[in-house]
Amino acid sequence: MAMLTRDLKASMAFVERNFNLTKRYWGWEVAWLVYSVAGALSISLIGADVGDEALLFSLMIGAIFWNYLSVVFSWIAETIAVERWEGTLEYTMMAPVRRYTQLFGSTFYAIIYGLVHTAAMLVVLTLFFGLDLRTANLATAALFMLLGSFSFVGIGMMAAILPLLYVERGAQMTFVLQSCLLLVSGVYYSITVLPEWMQVLSHLSPATYVLDGVRRGLIEGVPVDALWYDIWPLIVMGVALIPAGIWAFGRAERYAKRTGKLKRVG
Amino acid sequence: MQTGLSPEQKTVTQERPAEPAEASQVAMPETAAPPAMPALLAEHVTKEFRVGRKKKPVMAINDVSLRIERGEIYGVLGANGSGKSTLIRLFSTLLTLDTGRVEVFGHDIERDEMAVKRMINRVSVDAAFFKKLSPFENLAYAARLYGMDPTEAKAESIRILARLGIAEKRLSRPLEQMSRGMQQKVAIARALLTSPILLLMDEPTTGLDPRSKLEVQSFVEQLRDTHDATIVLTTHDMDEAERLCQRIAILNDGRIVAEDTPERLKAQVAAEHGEEPTMHNVFMTYTGRSLDDDLDEESSEDEED
Repeated sequence: MAMLTRDLKASMAFVERNFNLTKRYWGWEVAWLVYSVAGALSISLIGADVGDEALLFSLMIGAIFWNYLSVVFSWIAETIAVERWEGTLEYTMMAPVRRYTQLFGSTFYAIIYGLVHTAAMLVVLTLFFGLDLRTANLATAALFMLLGSFSFVGIGMMAAILPLLYVERGAQMTFVLQSCLLLVSGVYYSITVLPEWMQVLSHLSPATYVLDGVRRGLIEGVPVDALWYDIWPLIVMGVALIPAGIWAFGRAERYAKRTGKLKRVG
Repeated sequence: MQTGLSPEQKTVTQERPAEPAEASQVAMPETAAPPAMPALLAEHVTKEFRVGRKKKPVMAINDVSLRIERGEIYGVLGANGSGKSTLIRLFSTLLTLDTGRVEVFGHDIERDEMAVKRMINRVSVDAAFFKKLSPFENLAYAARLYGMDPTEAKAESIRILARLGIAEKRLSRPLEQMSRGMQQKVAIARALLTSPILLLMDEPTTGLDPRSKLEVQSFVEQLRDTHDATIVLTTHDMDEAERLCQRIAILNDGRIVAEDTPERLKAQVAAEHGEEPTMHNVFMTYTGRSLDDDLDEESSEDEED
């Protein structure tokens, strides 16, 4: 119990540090939020242009909730890459902190940050388009966001390994992985338009289930219990990917210590 | 006072009255029986790196054994690429050993990694910080990592940095606005904040202006005289090594080629090679190169970068 308390306290180091970084880079945060809102508006306006409110709503949900998932993914996946850029990786890695503690702290902040970012976008876009959310099932949307977060945390942890293994190319590989998830997850279109081999990949992406569930909840008002077919894959992915991510991270750290890849470069 | 410290740390981080320099010197192995438990014990440590698939592995550390007593300041001198930083990284748990073993106050560095991590801290040649964050924010991060209460850590940071000549009003601005010397002082404060009983200092004064260098050296002397901390110091500065270290090891191509007190090393070089008894000549004799060669090489490497 004492160890758990100590680990929880230590995880606050990462929450507080990331909050301070957000605060110090506030200009970039504003710029990023404006860019995200403008991007989501631009994409949603395609629906307005063809006069199809359902399409508008679908595109809007795709833009907003993909933003949430990608923000959570990025914060976790860049846990190592950011420290490499700053030159603090060795300092953090030699501190008496367990890796799951570090990942828990990074994940907690990523989810809070993602929720705030997404809420701001949701408010702006809803007001801009004057959407009526009275028939939407917000509980369904919230549950899918939660379940999707767990799955993306697991993938993010695995992606965070890449900058550990590949000093220069790791961050680039993380970015490519994120782009592939965007392509196959039906963010702006139905996955049925994808080639068959890509549809197989779609079913391996948690974002596919999250977006489907959120759309059905917000557009059609479908309750959670009618969406079990989207829920169970997310539960399975969350349960499998988070422990796998922690395990893989530990292996990668060992490899980096054996080969000297924690050393600052650049 | 602090949370999350081991019993050993709580015992040894208490300030004690200043002693004359001679009294605080660590007794040499042949003049007194060695204490039961050394601060750091390395036995037959080797580490090699593979730099390319087709290239031969580079032996960075080659069968290094050393024993550092509690309270000692132990210097490691060597040319660029001699393995000084690799040795410090091995002791810092940032690298795994290929062969051999290392113990810190009786704790095996691989089996008891977490216990060892609580006892050590490191100051590297480049002050590694989140440069947009202020010293307070960086130190709060360090304090939380080591299980310290942030409020107490803040008070302690102010105290340590005041001793290093940095006023409290400077501590809320981003570190990137500070000079290199001031950043290095904050790095030293960060290392001391966690009350390490083994402090690993990897060229802490390299690149500092003479005034900052002197301030850092004086602070290390104060530490030696007032705290029961053991320090491993790598440096390129012969005067610094002579001034601060009770014993010095010369590292060449990953091997320790000489180890003794500065006085004995100088005397040995004078007696055996007829050289003037200076640390510069000690360095030249055991590494086969002068310090100027070493610095020239460093400059040309920088230019290539």
